[in-house]
Amino acid sequence: MSTQNRQGELMQLTFAYPMPYEWSIGLYGSRFFQEIKEKRRFIGIKCNGCGMVYVPPRRVCGPCFKELSELVPLSDTGVITAFSVVNYPFIDPNTGLQRPIPYTYGYIRLDGADNIFSHIINETDLGRIHVGMKVRAVFKEPDRMQGNIQDIKYFDIIS
Amino acid sequence: MDKAAIVGVAQIKYERRKKDQIFADMVFDVTREALDDAGLTIHDVDNVVTVSNDFFDGRTISGMAVGDACGGQDKNISTVSGDGTFGAFYGLMRVLSGYKATIVVAHYKGSEGDINITTNGMFDPVFHRHLGIDAVSSAALQANAYMTRYGIREEDIAQVSVKNHGNAKNNPFAQLPMDITVNDVMKSRKIAEPLKLLDCCPISDGAAAVIIAGEDIAAKCRKKPVWVRGVAHCCEEYFLGDRDLSNPVALREAATRAYAMAGIRNPIEDIDVAEVLEPFSYMEPLWLEGLGFCEPGAGCSLITKGITVMGGKLPVNPSGGALSANPVLVAGLARLIEAALQVRGEAGARQVKNADTALAQGFNGPCGQSHCVWIISGTK
Amino acid sequence: MARRVAIVGTGQTYHKSHRPDVTSREMIKEAVSSALADAELTIRDIDAIVIGNMDHFESINYVDTYSVEGSGGVMKPIMKVTTGGTTGATVAIAAYYHVSSGFFDRVLAIGFEKNSESDTTGAIITCSDPVWDRFSYSGAIPSLATEATAYMEKYGATQEDAALIAERDRGHAMNNPYAHLRRPLTVADIMASPMLAYPIKLGDICPRSDGACAIVLAADGIAQKITGKPAWFKAAAVRHTYTWFGDSTDYNKGLVSMQRASKDAYAQAGITKPVDEIDVAELYLPYTWAGLKWIEDIGFCGPGEASKFVGDGHTHMGGKLPINPSGGVISTNCIGATALLRVAEAAIQVMGKGDTRQVPDVRNAIATGFGGCFWSDIVILSSERP
Ligand SMILES: [Zn+2]
Repeated sequence: MSTQNRQGELMQLTFAYPMPYEWSIGLYGSRFFQEIKEKRRFIGIKCNGCGMVYVPPRRVCGPCFKELSELVPLSDTGVITAFSVVNYPFIDPNTGLQRPIPYTYGYIRLDGADNIFSHIINETDLGRIHVGMKVRAVFKEPDRMQGNIQDIKYFDIIS
Repeated sequence: MDKAAIVGVAQIKYERRKKDQIFADMVFDVTREALDDAGLTIHDVDNVVTVSNDFFDGRTISGMAVGDACGGQDKNISTVSGDGTFGAFYGLMRVLSGYKATIVVAHYKGSEGDINITTNGMFDPVFHRHLGIDAVSSAALQANAYMTRYGIREEDIAQVSVKNHGNAKNNPFAQLPMDITVNDVMKSRKIAEPLKLLDCCPISDGAAAVIIAGEDIAAKCRKKPVWVRGVAHCCEEYFLGDRDLSNPVALREAATRAYAMAGIRNPIEDIDVAEVLEPFSYMEPLWLEGLGFCEPGAGCSLITKGITVMGGKLPVNPSGGALSANPVLVAGLARLIEAALQVRGEAGARQVKNADTALAQGFNGPCGQSHCVWIISGTK
Repeated sequence: MARRVAIVGTGQTYHKSHRPDVTSREMIKEAVSSALADAELTIRDIDAIVIGNMDHFESINYVDTYSVEGSGGVMKPIMKVTTGGTTGATVAIAAYYHVSSGFFDRVLAIGFEKNSESDTTGAIITCSDPVWDRFSYSGAIPSLATEATAYMEKYGATQEDAALIAERDRGHAMNNPYAHLRRPLTVADIMASPMLAYPIKLGDICPRSDGACAIVLAADGIAQKITGKPAWFKAAAVRHTYTWFGDSTDYNKGLVSMQRASKDAYAQAGITKPVDEIDVAELYLPYTWAGLKWIEDIGFCGPGEASKFVGDGHTHMGGKLPINPSGGVISTNCIGATALLRVAEAAIQVMGKGDTRQVPDVRNAIATGFGGCFWSDIVILSSERP
């Protein structure tokens, strides 16, 4: 018996099983989501070494390598520092499905914070969105909040 | 080899679920504790190696999550994706290349991912993955091959679990300190023939850190330096069917090289204590054979003869080993840390008397495909 | 003390958008065989291997153990390092320490990716923090788009200025038989290509490629016996400055990691005037604006001067500091191999093996890696033993 080593159809294999995870959010991350639910505002955390206010709050300041503990209440507003209207199709690993486009990915400096928070801005018309515009967070209703980033629906441009 | 030493170590208690801590929190804790242990500040450490795995963390570039927490800002930082013994080896290479001190940190949260799915990812996507094989079922295959070849009984293997869970009672970091009997192991639930629940490691969360430094820094550190005498790693074939699973050839090769570097001729005489990575009970005797502590097939007799128990000639896994806590990747670094604590004489209730030369071993890949062996000593 | 180290051989695959004819293992084998052939060595001469990629592109866990058939790692020491886009440079630098530490004399460094095997953007998104960023993040393009917007606003650079980078690199790729995209692209073509995320158009960004790269490193004393012209490591610098996406977005500061890594690298190499002392650069420029802004951060010209510097032809073949004779990342991007290709191409230039893409009389060559959270790695190679 023999078999031929000939050029045939090249086959491919699909592997699309879900890979589930259950990530911890940590102490200050949890406080962030609790604050949104209870007070509909953000909180940051201040480094007493360099004075930076970080959001989301975390335990360590990278440049100072210092433990952080001073939570700072912020409001629900901020300023667009950069944005991008996303217009290309891709698979969203959160859902395994194509993410709806276009949508606007935004970098927002929350009022009172020194670093930048990323989220979605509710405006895809390039003529109506600019760096420097003021935005306000639109939250879900408290009874629909799940303690995740989508408790913030998006940011609305307010001026 | 220029002289380099382990000068600082830290672990946190290994637990089933550290719900309150993200990766960065665990790493921040062990980084600071290792610095304290060494009597150094973050400014004394000029480079960083992190140890993590993108599958286990559910995150591409998993090292990114801990860059700040290990003090890596503005330093030469890199990530070894593999067991902590490999990460520590890379850290050592950096010191011998001219860096003053490397901190090596490892983190793992078994509680957050699905270990069957993530370890299924180790297997060939075309030929094996769809069969559902994972770390546990492949280990069962290896156990079967090993036991069949040498006529080893399940009761022989069970002794390892009894010994290590018992040793874990002396280790404050262990997750499963337990008084159990061979009968308890035999009666525990079958996981994958011939492995039963008590033959298998638990799922664990944890982190660990070591600081490796050259002679100048070592001389200034708070604790007695633990000198690196030899390190080597080696990898064998990938497909399980291409391997003799009952003969750990890569481990044998790595051990041979590490012993040559360290000037060890007769391991059972020259080594005082060993910490080996045994997430499954049969692995301890099999690795001890690979490490040359006995003839092939004679691994289980080392326990029966009282050689590897506490108080024996060569206590193995005084910490309780990976059977008593298995934060994957971290677990190898934990072996090195436990070996270093033995050499320092700081192992508390699990201290082996007069331990000066210690062996630590870790591995990557299914059924111990790629091993790393360390020989450390209080003597330069 | 640390030993001197040189690159003595390089190899790479013919890069394509899709390689259904090979598994990753077999693709790696192609690069390894070609690197060994270049150094006139066999796998028996290799003492240890370092390998890297990005796990979720192929979804293979423990690629170090998976790939041994292709890497030649059977019964050899092999280690996996991975740092995202910088992986290739990370691998090269890890291999460098393998040798300089004295543990190994001849080491193989391998980077690979089969980007065709998954949704590239989907895989990149999994590098964002799952709690904070993954919901809104859409891969590398928007953060680069925001950087580009800020640069244009600050210095008045135009989209055409940026497009010239792609025109240059795609032109250079015509000289590189291994490049993935070997069709010239003009500024007009790029301006007319579809807008992905303002101001980035399809012609402004790198493709996704399947490919592998391997290099052979050897210790001082051995390197000279392998080749008459080794490419000596003069510097290896790494700055992975940020951990959080939101901490890295002050665009007025520029690419901080590149500024710091290049300063470190120049100090190691004793370089004070980079433009005069460096003869060729292989830079990890994943999109066109990087070819403007980042050459300022690496010190090739002053802030805001890049459009003119590039426009005057200094970085084209024949200019005083040619950038990306290989065609760069804009022409070929198999992510885990990409930064290693930069190092390999820099070595090729130093070794004088560039054939039609050779820059004459190269003494010093610089290679960079980019990735992660706006991270930079830099390697400087030289024909002079340091
Ligand atoms: Zn600070």
